[in-house]
Amino acid sequence: MKFLHLIWSNLKRKKLRTVLTLLSIVVAFILFGLLCAIRQALSGGVSMAGQNRLVTRHKISIIQSLPESYKLRMERIPGVALATHESWFGGVYQDSKNFFPQMPVVPEEYLAMYPEYLLAPEQKEAWLTTRTGAIVGRKTAERFQWKIGDRIPLQSSIWPKADGSHLWELDIVGIYDGRDKGTDTSLLFFHYDYFDEARVWNKGQVGWYMVQVNDPSQAAEIAKLVDQEFENSAAETKTEPEGAFLQAWAKQIGDITLITATILSAVFFTILLVSGNTMSQAVRERTGELGALKAMGFTSAQVLGLVLAESCLLALLGGGLGIGLAWLLIARGDPTGGMLPLFFFPKGDVLIGVALSAALGVLAGIFPALQAMRLRVADALRRM
Amino acid sequence: MAGPINWFSQVASVTKFGLLSIAQRRGSVAAAVIGIAGVVAVLVGVLSMGVGFQRALQCSGAPDAAIVLRSGAESEMVSGLLRASTRLVADAPGVARTDEGPLASAELYVLINLPKRSTGTDANVPMRGVEHAALRVRDKLQIQGGRMFEWGRNEVIIGVGAASEFSGLDLGSNLRVGQRECPIVGVFSAGGGTAESEIWTDASVLQSAYKRGDTFQSVHVKLSSPEAFQEFKDALTTDPRLNVKVLRQTEYYAQQSTAVTRLIRTLGYLIAFLMAIGAVFGALNTMYSSVSARTREIATLRALGFGSGAVVISVMIESLTLALIGGAAGAVVAYLTFNGLHTSTMNWNSFSQVTFAFAVTPELLAQGVLWSVFIGLIGGLFPALRGARLPIAAALREL
Repeated sequence: MKFLHLIWSNLKRKKLRTVLTLLSIVVAFILFGLLCAIRQALSGGVSMAGQNRLVTRHKISIIQSLPESYKLRMERIPGVALATHESWFGGVYQDSKNFFPQMPVVPEEYLAMYPEYLLAPEQKEAWLTTRTGAIVGRKTAERFQWKIGDRIPLQSSIWPKADGSHLWELDIVGIYDGRDKGTDTSLLFFHYDYFDEARVWNKGQVGWYMVQVNDPSQAAEIAKLVDQEFENSAAETKTEPEGAFLQAWAKQIGDITLITATILSAVFFTILLVSGNTMSQAVRERTGELGALKAMGFTSAQVLGLVLAESCLLALLGGGLGIGLAWLLIARGDPTGGMLPLFFFPKGDVLIGVALSAALGVLAGIFPALQAMRLRVADALRRM
Repeated sequence: MAGPINWFSQVASVTKFGLLSIAQRRGSVAAAVIGIAGVVAVLVGVLSMGVGFQRALQCSGAPDAAIVLRSGAESEMVSGLLRASTRLVADAPGVARTDEGPLASAELYVLINLPKRSTGTDANVPMRGVEHAALRVRDKLQIQGGRMFEWGRNEVIIGVGAASEFSGLDLGSNLRVGQRECPIVGVFSAGGGTAESEIWTDASVLQSAYKRGDTFQSVHVKLSSPEAFQEFKDALTTDPRLNVKVLRQTEYYAQQSTAVTRLIRTLGYLIAFLMAIGAVFGALNTMYSSVSARTREIATLRALGFGSGAVVISVMIESLTLALIGGAAGAVVAYLTFNGLHTSTMNWNSFSQVTFAFAVTPELLAQGVLWSVFIGLIGGLFPALRGARLPIAAALREL
């Protein structure tokens, strides 16, 4: 610590160069943060999937519906705590650009299945008792400035009502929050009973099932039992853990992890090159001074430490600033305007970023530092 | 002694100094060049994905073809039409006709779960049931291997994109459709369009396999001419028996691509913009050190009577040269890595897979090189000004 002043003065020696290197490191870490948020958003909350939840859908594809009667058969399977269904409504609010998912569900069961949706008790009560009632997540409510008591018109291209109209009106009776940061609060839920009675076709059919198991370690076996239950029936099923289901869904968009990793390695390779080069330049210019330090009695290890500390300080400063700025940028929200509801900077990635900046400092500084360590006093002083 | 020739020779000699000293500064020069190359490669790479996707959807539409959906439907997936309606559509004015009847194909569009070859995870592969006129409506369609399926039999043909992206789609093997095993009898291409991502079979086969009764989701028609569209559209939308939406095929596919293209573009430009800022810092660093390494030379030349303009220009030339080398290298890397690369993504309008090839177009390459020129200009300007403003006496004293 007593050498901090010395390290700092060395960095100040060529202010412009230090600032430029610092800024390029800052930019690299802003990019790092953004790419983490993008990956997080596109992988659709895979990490937030419930360990004890399975998804059961029609074996052929998710657009094929399943009978409502499967619920009771599922709940008779040992190890299953609860089964409830969801369906895709696909309604449009005012304009098709205003996309957000809506789903008819069975309210009590659904809230029991998803404890991560937090709804005030009186709002829950209101939802259970209002037939045309709907609850909506904070994100979507803020996006369209909906308040409790509002009546929302949705045009459904899939579900005409018995009177031939495609207009469904729902009353917002509750606004739920997410328990965790990664909980998607862009969805709207309303009564399946109301939906099923009012629609013309596919009555008694549902989109897919969520199955809650008592013991997450038995999820795989129970998934098999569920599929066996419906084998050779008109609607065979495919059951998998929620995490696997969401992951497969995310991979339909593309291998996002691979793409972000590729871009990040290109960025870091470049930054490493730039800052490594700056460090070795700085050491080369100071050959004489380093020789003088050694002549005064600094050990080789101390000189190595000095140079390494200098590059680590620069990298950590840049990394810290970059991550901080990325945090601010990301906190302003989704840059695409509604397409990425889960756009945030995951905490784990912040730690990875700090570790990366330390690694960058060591890698960029190690060769110049070794060079400085091996410097012979006589050679160095002669060059002065 | 002033004169354009003299001035040019001044620029040339200062530039020569700069370029010749590159070898001594190879570390920092390489860092700047690679930094710029990285920006261009990432920019072109990401945008070529967007262009490729858009192109696949553009290739799918012809100006003299139209698609009819139920009104309010945003995609074929959520549309639905009864046979009675599809007959009315086929008989409407403006539809091209042959001896065999109107060129209109009522179609079904469903999804089928198949694992992606690349990740092994399930994907929603689109499957289309078509009528006889389908091949005449889409004239780009060609059977590349095997043969066309026979009408009324449980046989399917697959698009080349689907064949390469999803496992289980091989000529000669069987595909399970509903409760039946359907042999894959042919592979087709469609001029790069989205049909190449699809599996095709007879509409009546798909209707019974998916228990759809006698319903369809869309009607694809060939018009007698591109101008006949208005007449066709008016006839259908004013018919009280119908409740449909009529779109040109080109218009329909353009709409289908907007969400994904916008996403790729926004993110692509955002990433490239940030990388470009980083590269500007790298270039500035390099050019400042280039100028400071030559402080004495520049001061000597200035003392001999060289103008400061010549110094500015020569530093800019050096910076632009390095930027162009970086930009060109990045463009070449992007072209070699990405052009024609096949992949698939989800079309967010119907949640179905679209296979496409990355398209590195000349426009994208030019755009990439243009970015590198900007980086070079900004990266060179400030160091150049510093070089030009060097106090001659002080700089010479450093000798």
